[in-house]
Amino acid sequence: MMPSATDEEFDAALLEALRRGDEKAFAWVIDAWSPGMLRLARCYVPTDALAEDVVQEAWLGALRGFDGFEGRSRLRTWVLRIVANIAKSWGEREHRVTPFSSASFGEGPTVGAERFNPPGEPKAGAWRALPASWPALPEGELLSAEALAVVRQALADLPDAQRAVIALRDLDGYGSSEVCEALGLTEGNQRVLLHRARAAVRQRTESYFSDRQGRAHGEGQL
Amino acid sequence: MIFRRRRRPAPLSCQELVELVTDYLEGALDEQTRARFEAHLADCDGCSEYIEQMRETIRLVGRLGKGDLPPQARAKFMTAFEDWKTEQG
Ligand SMILES: [Zn+2]
Repeated sequence: MMPSATDEEFDAALLEALRRGDEKAFAWVIDAWSPGMLRLARCYVPTDALAEDVVQEAWLGALRGFDGFEGRSRLRTWVLRIVANIAKSWGEREHRVTPFSSASFGEGPTVGAERFNPPGEPKAGAWRALPASWPALPEGELLSAEALAVVRQALADLPDAQRAVIALRDLDGYGSSEVCEALGLTEGNQRVLLHRARAAVRQRTESYFSDRQGRAHGEGQL
Repeated sequence: MIFRRRRRPAPLSCQELVELVTDYLEGALDEQTRARFEAHLADCDGCSEYIEQMRETIRLVGRLGKGDLPPQARAKFMTAFEDWKTEQG
């Protein structure tokens, strides 16, 4: 994402404060960016403790590098790239396969072929049964809390590369070009990972709602 | 006699459409494919529901929240700041 004027002004002010060693500015970026940085690091290294070490190293690297930062990307993207680079080399040291190998992209359709009419039949490739609509999930309701727990677990169960991309995009709010730049992905590969991740989380959420409905009907018959 | 409108591209099936949803939401489809996508969507309740569920999935992931930084991690990262200050002299 090309930085917008306001983003640029924001980054310029932030950078100026960080270069001058303003502790409040540093505390702000730590709080705002570290959760996403930790999640990203954890996709490369095997433990939470190592992820913390990676992020600590990245912050030190960033502090040393702020003076030379040229503003070709957003500051947060540049910091994220430092995390990815350190985490990648630490992961390799731990003999972990890089999460962004082609194997992590997955294969096959994201919606099971059994959901559609088979080839050769009338309306081949059309839904056999329409996806059932989902209940509304207002803030603060038990159902919402349960559904969010399902979504959280679905994210945790994704392959590392897919989890890294969906979390950066949909949870931390980074743009697609920021994610591509930080992780060294092409736009196309980033979209493949995002698509597979979102489709997998949608599927888990759908299964949760249909199981729940099944249970409710079962109880009704007692 | 079969009247062929040769210029009209084949319609997308539901099965094809679901694999294009992210490209569509990301604005990455070429113009012709986007037109086929939207034509299908306008006419298909199943795919409209599917794309709405993908949008809801995005919203739900967003609602997970970034989570709080564990206090010991925060303290560690602030140490980087102290280290750097010391380097600066
Ligand atoms: Zn359809």
